[in-house]
Amino acid sequence: METFIGKSIKRREDDRFLKGAGRYTDDIKLKGMTHSAFVRSPYAHANIISIDVSEAQNMEGVVAVFTGNDACGAFGVPCGWQVDFKNGETMREPLHPLLAKDVIRHVGEAVAIVIAETQELARDAAELVKVKYKGLPAVTDPKKAMEAGAPKVHDQWPDNAAFDWCIGNDRAAVEAALANAHHVTEMEYKNHRVAPNAIEPRSYIASYDVNVDKYTLYTSTQNPHLIRLLLCAFALGIPEHKVRIVSYDVGGGFGSKIYHYTEEALLTWASKEIGRPIKWTSDRSEAFLTDAHGRDHVVHSKMGFDKEGKIVAHLTDEYCALGAYLSTFAPAVPTYLHGTLFQGVYTTPLIHLNVVAPFTHTVAVDAYRGAGRPEATYLLERMLSKAAKEMNMDPAELRFKNFIPPFDGVTQPGFQTQVALQYDSGNYEGVLKRGLEMLGYEDFRKEQAEARKNGKLLGVGISTYIEGCGIAPSAVVGALGARAGLYEVGHVRVQPTGKVSVFTGAHSHGQGHETVFAQFVADKLGIAMDDVDIVHGDTDQVAFGMGTYGSRSLSVGGSAIIKSIDKILEKGAKIAAHKLEAAEEDLVYAEGKWTVKGTDKSISFGDVSLTAYVPHDYPEGLEPGLDFSSFYDPSNFTYPFGTHIAVVEVCADTGKVTLQRFVACDDVGNVMNPMIVDGQIHGGVVQGVGQALLEEVVYDDEGQMITGSYMDYAMPRADDIPMIETDRTVTPCPHNPLGVKGAGEAGAIGSTPAVVNAVVDALAHLGVTDIQMPVTPQRVWKAMQN
Amino acid sequence: MIPAKFDYIKASSVQEAIGLLDEHGFDAKIVSGGHSLIPAMKLRLSRPEVLIDISGISGMNTITEEGNEIVIGASCTHADIVKSDLVNAKLNMLAQTAKCIGDIQVRNRGTIGGSLAHADPSADYPATVLACDATIVVEGKEGSRSIAATDFFLGIFTTALAEDELITAIRFPKVTTGNYQKFFQSASRFAVVGVAVVKEGDAVKVGVTGVSDTPYRATAVENAYAAEGSKAAEHATDGVEVMSDHFADEEYRTHLAKVFVKKALEA
Amino acid sequence: MQITMKINGQTYSHDVEPRISLAQYLRETVDLTGTHIGCDTSGCGACTVHVDGAAVKSCTLLAVQVNGSEITTIEGMANGSELHPIQEGFKEHHGLQCGFCTPGMVMTAADILKNNPNPSEAEIREGLEGNFCRCTGYHNIVKSIQHAAEKLNA
Repeated sequence: METFIGKSIKRREDDRFLKGAGRYTDDIKLKGMTHSAFVRSPYAHANIISIDVSEAQNMEGVVAVFTGNDACGAFGVPCGWQVDFKNGETMREPLHPLLAKDVIRHVGEAVAIVIAETQELARDAAELVKVKYKGLPAVTDPKKAMEAGAPKVHDQWPDNAAFDWCIGNDRAAVEAALANAHHVTEMEYKNHRVAPNAIEPRSYIASYDVNVDKYTLYTSTQNPHLIRLLLCAFALGIPEHKVRIVSYDVGGGFGSKIYHYTEEALLTWASKEIGRPIKWTSDRSEAFLTDAHGRDHVVHSKMGFDKEGKIVAHLTDEYCALGAYLSTFAPAVPTYLHGTLFQGVYTTPLIHLNVVAPFTHTVAVDAYRGAGRPEATYLLERMLSKAAKEMNMDPAELRFKNFIPPFDGVTQPGFQTQVALQYDSGNYEGVLKRGLEMLGYEDFRKEQAEARKNGKLLGVGISTYIEGCGIAPSAVVGALGARAGLYEVGHVRVQPTGKVSVFTGAHSHGQGHETVFAQFVADKLGIAMDDVDIVHGDTDQVAFGMGTYGSRSLSVGGSAIIKSIDKILEKGAKIAAHKLEAAEEDLVYAEGKWTVKGTDKSISFGDVSLTAYVPHDYPEGLEPGLDFSSFYDPSNFTYPFGTHIAVVEVCADTGKVTLQRFVACDDVGNVMNPMIVDGQIHGGVVQGVGQALLEEVVYDDEGQMITGSYMDYAMPRADDIPMIETDRTVTPCPHNPLGVKGAGEAGAIGSTPAVVNAVVDALAHLGVTDIQMPVTPQRVWKAMQN
Repeated sequence: MIPAKFDYIKASSVQEAIGLLDEHGFDAKIVSGGHSLIPAMKLRLSRPEVLIDISGISGMNTITEEGNEIVIGASCTHADIVKSDLVNAKLNMLAQTAKCIGDIQVRNRGTIGGSLAHADPSADYPATVLACDATIVVEGKEGSRSIAATDFFLGIFTTALAEDELITAIRFPKVTTGNYQKFFQSASRFAVVGVAVVKEGDAVKVGVTGVSDTPYRATAVENAYAAEGSKAAEHATDGVEVMSDHFADEEYRTHLAKVFVKKALEA
Repeated sequence: MQITMKINGQTYSHDVEPRISLAQYLRETVDLTGTHIGCDTSGCGACTVHVDGAAVKSCTLLAVQVNGSEITTIEGMANGSELHPIQEGFKEHHGLQCGFCTPGMVMTAADILKNNPNPSEAEIREGLEGNFCRCTGYHNIVKSIQHAAEKLNA
């Protein structure tokens, strides 16, 4: 019988995308649908003196104009995570209004919505809304935001901090160990702000049906149920059972489509006010100004080593921008998704991280592919490579010296870190060994030395990362400030004919769930993949769910489905036993049928399914039907890890960096579909390379974004990138049924420091020890001049 | 993004287009490929009330050889130029320049006339037009005139075109001893620095774009070349006010100008 | 303004405002939503279609400008349920994830292969410079186009 797990099965979703038949939100047209446009602030910080909507309102074709002075002005979108001050003070949490009423806190903040018969008219009318502002000074850099006298983002607090938090060992102990260390490596830099740039801009259609008193919101989201919860319980106070959220096909997310955005709530509210559906689709320019960004940490770090090169202590202070308001997961990103990875793959005995997270006059910063973990990895991996150079050691050798030894998490216990988490299983030296082998590290070093003699600047950079995925055990995240549980729901409905519909709370926006989930469901049930359908993205179809982010879909969402399959097989066995007139314990289930051990007596899955729905001859007391829903709450995070190695050439004349090779050896646990895992790694790597070489959101001193379009924000293109050389080791996750760890973010986590390490390595003989990211030609050239 | 409202007229002759320009004055804009104008209109930075489409005018998208010149119709797309056997044989640096513009799709649509009239300080053609001593042929109410490349570019987005004039063709002397070298801005892929060099015996002509708000002939380089050879590149920005932006500040851009002038001189 | 054009072999005639882009016209008036809009500045290439056989960015073209032209969109590439070799290449090599950039990628790939039936890896990458993909890292897109080239040359 054909099995599917572990095979590169082609994706069943591809045909519709390839034929232009995807169902993205902006593709949907509803009867009577209106269109909307926003009036957005050109100031980063200003008082609103007056808003005059009369001309816009009177324009032909305009249906309505709303401002913060209307009833919607009282509503705001919530934050889903609370991180308090280390001194016990509660996190400072401002209202994030749907429309700004009195004060503007970032460029692009919405002041009014104009709803009209067509998109063109809505935009024309939006130009007629007259807003008078009084401009005020702004602050966009997180460290400057904490300086005395910095412009305040929210007047009610004495400074701009939302919280001041720490994790790890006692600071004094870490400082003492650093003071006694044989060698201390120090770095100061900015892990700069980047924009996620899913190619599909955010898009929403809200509709209210007065006849059934029900709202429907079509939205380009990564987590429809979470949006419903936040929208109903926190933003608008409307009944959850009267709201349906639909997100069929979503054109990429990378974190930016997790959050509940003001536009979603505002459109939903307004659709009832006007009694008609309303569509809004973001422009790219609006996306730069309003989608949550990633990173933006100002870092000062010290790492101490003994004379053998073993890390003895690590102390870091960071200022991490949150933006003007707290986005859904924002407080978790620079804290629990970041500080908890400061152990890395090393045995560091003493670690302390302090994070001051201020408000800034910018759009929010929230989870962007990797979320806190790329920032942690960048820090550790740059530090290790810098330290190796300073101590005159090979960067690979220094890593081998410091690795946590291999452990499988089954016969050997998990590894308890100094920063709250316990790693599940790992073999960190294994991926580095394989990575070096893939590259041909020793040969490369020879080639590099030769090249240098000819004035050619070649460099190699290593990064060995770990990440925490499969977010997450609800009790753990609850203790860490999450305001939601982070389990997942898997509902398996066996139809009377034995065909299977699976309803998952995970959401695919490129990950290929329709294929991968069907692969393991088919295998577990011993049926054909064609007999399995995967349904997601509709809260009226899927009972509940938490969505897709943090590389959680398979490890958490997949496990929930497995739980339901187990229940189906358990109940099916009762029916089979009855039909076969055998004891349940005498049955085995394989290849889609129950067989009485040692006989050829069997009954197929299809026959049992039919019996469950036509229960004429049926076990006494057993309910009809074969339909189970399960919640899976993991017992731990999962911890994928890997080695990424970059080879670059730097142009001596211009400073331009060319990425020549990129080697990735990742361990994401068991693999369901290698083709899809490789694809996830490729994409993640290029996003990480993008941050290292090209991408940067820049705000000027007035808070204006000077990189607000693709004319100024450099996206990685096909000709910026070589083929990505991938391989894997497999260390199964010991605590979930599929043994999977998650692959969505790994690429973006490991790659960035590998590239920067390579650039610094290429220039090391010129005395270059660090270059601020992104390592643009200008920055590299300037570093070479000093 | 949607432009503000406008009227659209497809002109069938140069005369008709000029008449319309004259009639509507500042309110009118000429469009051919539209790849400079339409993005600006979508951002509502440009709001013409009348758009005069000249792409259908016959005779304006031809590439011909006239004596010692190659004549490029203003409506020729960058792709027309890249693919032209005539250009590749007798004016290959222009094909080289056109290949550096945008991407396949942009080259299939954007035109040389449109690019020159737009006069983006980071556009590619100006360097080559200057180095070749090309002539911009324009037509207006008062008739036709030829503007020397060195007189054409007046400033950022500013040219010697009068309000009622449009470019009909660009006349290039045949050049097979020239080349164009470019350092791409990593986001837009416009030129941070673009340098065109034409060699004529011991003399060189050097056109530079991207460096200053107006493309220029690097006369200091040209004058020093006979004595200094490619080291004359050190004079690349002599007497020029060098632009500064996020991708290249004055110091770095000045350095790049020298590097790329040298590269073009040595190519 | 009244415009007429042939789209994927079928003739359409509509009265449109001059300011409507070809992309908008295709999506909203003709209901061919496979052509996507990903940016405002002709950068991302998601809107790529063919006008008279050449790939163009339909968000930077007014529908009225291509009055009388022949347009091919992603919906016109497959022959019923049979995928075009380029589409097949993308499926075979996992050249798409979220699918949003994919129509533009396929249409640009068709232009690349039309003008250069045997492109090198570098030529494919260069040919894709006007198309952004945020999911695949381009690796499998390059392989997809190589697959299509082989298939089309067979």
